[in-house]
Amino acid sequence: MATNGSNRAVAAPQNDPNSFAASVKDAATAGFLVAVLGFFFIGIRTDIAPGGLDLKMRWGAWIVSILVVFVGRLLLNLFVLKTDSPITRKIAGAMPSGSRFAGTGKWLMRALFAFALVLPFFFTTFFPGKDRQFIDLAILIMTYIMLGWGLNIVVGLAGLLDLGYVAFYAVGAYSFALLAQYLDMGFWFALPLAGILAACWGIVLGFPVLRLRGDYLAIVTLAFGEIIRVVLLNWYEFTNGPDGISGIPKPTFFGLELKRGEGGFADFFGIAYDPIQRFIFLYYIIFILALITNFVTMRLRRLPIGRAWEALREDEIACRSLGINTRNTKLTAFSIGAMFGGFAGSFFATRQGFISPESFTFLESAIILAIVVLGGLGSQVGVVIASIVMIGGIEMLRNLGFLQQVFGSGFDPVQYRMLIFGLAMVLIMVWKPRGLISTREPSVVLKEKKRIGADMVAQGEGH
Amino acid sequence: MEYFVQQLINGLTLGSIYGLIAIGYTMVYGIIGMINFAHGDVFMIGAFIALAMFLILTTVLGFAFLPVVLLIVLIVAMIFTSAWGWTVERLAYRPLRGSFRLAPLITAIGMSIVLQNFVQITQGARVKPLPPQIQGGITLMEGSATGISVQLSYMQIIIILTTIALMAGFTLLITRTPLGRAQRACEQDRKMAALLGINVDRTISLTFVMGAALAAVAGLMFVLLYGVIDFYIGFLAGVKAFTAAVLGGIGSLPGAMLGGLLIGLIEVFWSGYFSVEYKDVAAFSILAIVLIFLPSGLLGQPEVEKV
Repeated sequence: MATNGSNRAVAAPQNDPNSFAASVKDAATAGFLVAVLGFFFIGIRTDIAPGGLDLKMRWGAWIVSILVVFVGRLLLNLFVLKTDSPITRKIAGAMPSGSRFAGTGKWLMRALFAFALVLPFFFTTFFPGKDRQFIDLAILIMTYIMLGWGLNIVVGLAGLLDLGYVAFYAVGAYSFALLAQYLDMGFWFALPLAGILAACWGIVLGFPVLRLRGDYLAIVTLAFGEIIRVVLLNWYEFTNGPDGISGIPKPTFFGLELKRGEGGFADFFGIAYDPIQRFIFLYYIIFILALITNFVTMRLRRLPIGRAWEALREDEIACRSLGINTRNTKLTAFSIGAMFGGFAGSFFATRQGFISPESFTFLESAIILAIVVLGGLGSQVGVVIASIVMIGGIEMLRNLGFLQQVFGSGFDPVQYRMLIFGLAMVLIMVWKPRGLISTREPSVVLKEKKRIGADMVAQGEGH
Repeated sequence: MEYFVQQLINGLTLGSIYGLIAIGYTMVYGIIGMINFAHGDVFMIGAFIALAMFLILTTVLGFAFLPVVLLIVLIVAMIFTSAWGWTVERLAYRPLRGSFRLAPLITAIGMSIVLQNFVQITQGARVKPLPPQIQGGITLMEGSATGISVQLSYMQIIIILTTIALMAGFTLLITRTPLGRAQRACEQDRKMAALLGINVDRTISLTFVMGAALAAVAGLMFVLLYGVIDFYIGFLAGVKAFTAAVLGGIGSLPGAMLGGLLIGLIEVFWSGYFSVEYKDVAAFSILAIVLIFLPSGLLGQPEVEKV
């Protein structure tokens, strides 16, 4: 990479940069850097003690972290970075090449879809003890897939970086909760209203800001997201402030409540009541909502408006000179994305039964954005894979009991989840700036369909 | 009247802190055109380093003479925070130079999450209180009618004077030294600067280092002024400082300082006269309004889009 050029030039030219000594030196530098950076954080801990703050020295942890980085960097240097035959190249050679992988991608998608279709019954049959936990996790993942697909319209297709997507999620959730509280409305009536309200908010917020350039737009959407959260937090009379809204009604199955006893779903169909039925039902609701999101997105991509989005992402100036109304084009992407966020929000409200502004912090926006980015901007399958890996992987952290035996009982893997999230975001951006699934199917083709490689497309602002 | 003057002083103090952070945003934006979203968290890192160093000096080594202690804390915090600033740039932004425009912003968000959670894990999530170290002050006005007297505390004097001194030194650095010249050259045309023998990567790294050092100063001031820090202070302070940078005109150093002071004043007056709960909304709204109606800020130059 050209940017590393100056660095290499600094290393004395008569020495072989790939020599063992150079690798050790480089690793020692990394170790020293960790020693400096970690001194005040890993080496020392300030704690609240009676009569002020107390310092606790943790030299063991400090030295271990230095050694870990030194050894890790050394191994990386010896086998990947500073060698003539990097191991990664061998692994890449053993993997199926891109074109072969393309075919499997389609099959993978079908297999995933088939699995998602029968998922609740798969778990109730094969994991009867833990089915509730697994289906709950599947609902969570599906919610993030839907949010990811919704945000993908804005970020992946139209190329507008939206850091306040959670605002629309919050609008959807609060719309349903408030409609249920004040007007006694059920889930199925409130759902479309919540989506429409979120879309309206998208238009209201989007209209003034969408002419801003990429990174300014990102910051303004972040600001709007925070404004909505702070208002929800402080408008005590209307939203109940930090206490949140509880007792949000559950969805009904064509008017049948999923409850025990007379008049319930189980009673009507003459089957035995089981609390798991409610989870299965919720799973299918979010599954269908997510499918609608995906279907609409795929269809819209083929319409002129969808093509305009993608053109806008690639080069805004060219679009404007071709007579595309960029503001309206952006606004449709923004509000359609917001609408799906609103749907997902009201599903979230009905699933939890309780919402408070705490669920709609910037971190949530960052997680959804991470899913879209890591999966590959604009890729629908990528969002699915990233959601499964990120959300499912983080839930798996809870079950890693053996780590506690290694690091002591005070070790809680769950607190590392956001750290891992952030690191994954940085590393994947550096390693593959287009995300994991970086090839694109063109939506319009002349004669034959060619895949567009990641290196062929540059995103945003005509760069 | 007394209340107003008191709020004015408080606002200027707070504004100095925002201004120091805002310089980091504005310099980085000027030179590589990206929003260093993790800068607020570098400020938070600086505050934690300052707190830990202060405790080492006072409780472990037993220094008691406060001015010397504060000076050592200041220098150590600046050095160590600079190391953090340098590392963030090296790991997350340099490999992405020349990538598509939003890529560095996304890694910056990732980096911000990493820093926050790193500090949360290593230092714990609870707030760290530090009892006020510099007490006393000057009474400027005795309000006989209202019963409110205007206090200018020594702490506020120190903050404002330090900020002025740093700004003066900093302006000299940018306008008079070879490094400053290199920075201004990179700001105008990076490719041309490289052709003329400027080490562009090094200049950019030094920009991050300088921004981080100023953020460390702001961090120390924050610890001393508020006496409470936690791992999350970087987010809000960062957004407000960015607002300050945008309000002053991003890329302009005096603009960043002016914007910082204005944001500090607006926040303090808003909480003083309207409502404390919505003070963050005020800052966010200003950000949106300025970006929409005055994207080049008060002192910035309008940006020309090149095709």
